[in-house]
Amino acid sequence: MSTRAPASTLRSGRLAARSAVAAVAAGVAVTTVAFWLTPLQGRADFLLVAYLAGTAAYLAVAARTEGRRSVVDRLFAVLMVTAVGICLLALGSVLVYTAARGVKALDWYFFTHSMNGVGPRDDAGGAYHSIIGTLEQVLLATLISVPSGLLVAIYLSEYGRGRLASLVRTVVDVMVGIPSIVAGLFIYAFWVLGLGRGFSGFAAAMALSILMLPIVVRSSEEMIKLVPASLREAAYALGIPRWRAILKVVLPTASAGITTGVMLAVARVTGETAPLLLTAFGFDSIHNDPFSGPQSSLPLFVFSQASSAFGAAVDRAWAGALTLIAVVLLLTVAARLVTRRNRLV
Amino acid sequence: MKRIEANHVSAWYGGFKAVDDVTLAIEPKQVTALIGPSGCGKSTFIRTLNRMHEVIPGARIEGEVLLDGEDIYASGIDPVSVRRTIGMVFQRPNPFPTMSIRDNVSAGLRLNGMRKKAELEPVVEKALQGAGLWKEVRDRLDKPGASLSGGQQQRLCIARAIAVEPQVLLMDEPCSALDPVSTLRIEDLIAELKDMYTIVIVTHNMQQAARVSDSTAFFTLEVSGDPGRLVEVGPTSKIFTKPGDERTEAYITGRFG
Ligand SMILES: Nc1ncnc2c1ncn2[C@@H]1O[C@H](COP(=O)(O)OP(=O)(O)OP(=O)(O)O)[C@@H](O)[C@H]1O
Ligand SMILES: [Mg+2]
Repeated sequence: MSTRAPASTLRSGRLAARSAVAAVAAGVAVTTVAFWLTPLQGRADFLLVAYLAGTAAYLAVAARTEGRRSVVDRLFAVLMVTAVGICLLALGSVLVYTAARGVKALDWYFFTHSMNGVGPRDDAGGAYHSIIGTLEQVLLATLISVPSGLLVAIYLSEYGRGRLASLVRTVVDVMVGIPSIVAGLFIYAFWVLGLGRGFSGFAAAMALSILMLPIVVRSSEEMIKLVPASLREAAYALGIPRWRAILKVVLPTASAGITTGVMLAVARVTGETAPLLLTAFGFDSIHNDPFSGPQSSLPLFVFSQASSAFGAAVDRAWAGALTLIAVVLLLTVAARLVTRRNRLV
Repeated sequence: MKRIEANHVSAWYGGFKAVDDVTLAIEPKQVTALIGPSGCGKSTFIRTLNRMHEVIPGARIEGEVLLDGEDIYASGIDPVSVRRTIGMVFQRPNPFPTMSIRDNVSAGLRLNGMRKKAELEPVVEKALQGAGLWKEVRDRLDKPGASLSGGQQQRLCIARAIAVEPQVLLMDEPCSALDPVSTLRIEDLIAELKDMYTIVIVTHNMQQAARVSDSTAFFTLEVSGDPGRLVEVGPTSKIFTKPGDERTEAYITGRFG
């Protein structure tokens, strides 16, 4: 407990910001001295010990002026800030590192040219064909999985009772766990080889939609269930048929949440590589038709360029990775803007 | 002008019987108040009158409800058309959150296929005037319905219900979430609407029942877990001055419930 116990039971001591900074500085200083005088060494070790010593000194000083509850409060504040810091560091370093390495090969030429006739050592070529491929494949996958996923979600949340509904729900749950390579393998066996349709962007879109479907279904189902029953009843009481009430009242009310789910699914599959190897296969030149013949995509582009030992190819891989992040970001922002326009509140 | 006759109506939620054998006639151009202690099945009963009860999974009813002599539960009757004829206002205001004030009022018509703006415009104004809300919102018809105060939202819901021009209006405690001023507004409104609609209102407020209704039906339940039953029904003045049953007297004088 505090040594200078406050007179009033309502008032308690408060740690001055200056003493807090001094305490942390003292902890870091002690660590520096310890690393200087003793055999302790190493940069990571120093950071860890300095962090622990600084925190301990901070809490010790706080304990001298404040009560137990505020010290615990400060301890958890430190833990939370640390956790947030670690998350931001991980995310930030991926972004910053990708951006730093990616800008090198990123220019207008990169966005407007394909890899047609470009060797791994050549300092030329671009990702135009892959950007086209990714956009077409993800768009097709979205066109396949969102309408069907929404219908399944509507069935599950509005109509689904009994055996069939729980069967559907189980199947969807199992689908969430399908490894992406298995989805690719299935389309490869069934469509590419089995039906003899060969590699194509559309085959890739089908594999991706297998991965998107369960995410769309489950997130939309949850969002539709969140729409209050009173809104449905208000619609029924106006003599609005059930299907119209779902279409015009329930879905618009849930639209922001549904969009978030769809964007999550889109973001998840845009970076998929494994299933594309077996379905789109990859291609060096511009191929706009997704329905026949192998097509490239950004993940495949990154994969093939990064497998090369030559600097120019690796630079292209980083530029492709940066483009991929930007594409996902743009799609997410666009979807947000579209749903915001629909909402009045 | 429609007359409603409920004959031996019982209602269940799954295995639980909430309303037992209610027989009650609701006269046109009158306000009928349903009163009784909490849980006695007033909401359940009023919802059987426009087939809203069956919307709840597992809920069912027995008996018949005659609308000008025609059983609304007969086979071949479309519940959607029943609800178009018998409108409902709920206890808590529930405007559609994604729609503007204008679209909320016209929702019933628009979602039933009437699209022409020129035809909707006068309907919206008339309904809002009918609900006593027009003056307050005419400058902001494009604002969201949820941006109104609670009392305004409830009047918006009434406007929405009368915009489809039903013959009967069911109101389940329409004022329970409102302040005295909004409550009086809605009571005035009920007095005006009664010339055009058959009105059934559920209320916990004895003064309100006495003020607005022409006849009053008293429901009760013996023990919780038992189904609710109709004790008596009669002209409001009689129920409040010379009730025929001692349970009614105990309830309206505040000795019970
Ligand atoms: N959706 C439901 N599912 C199961 N039981 C229900 C449901 N709604 C109501 N009940 C039960 O039915 C009985 C009657 O309920 P009801 O809502 O009709 O009462 P009420 O008279 O309107 O009460 P209050 O005055 O409190 O609104 C109660 O015992 C209640 O618990
Ligand atoms: Mg009720």
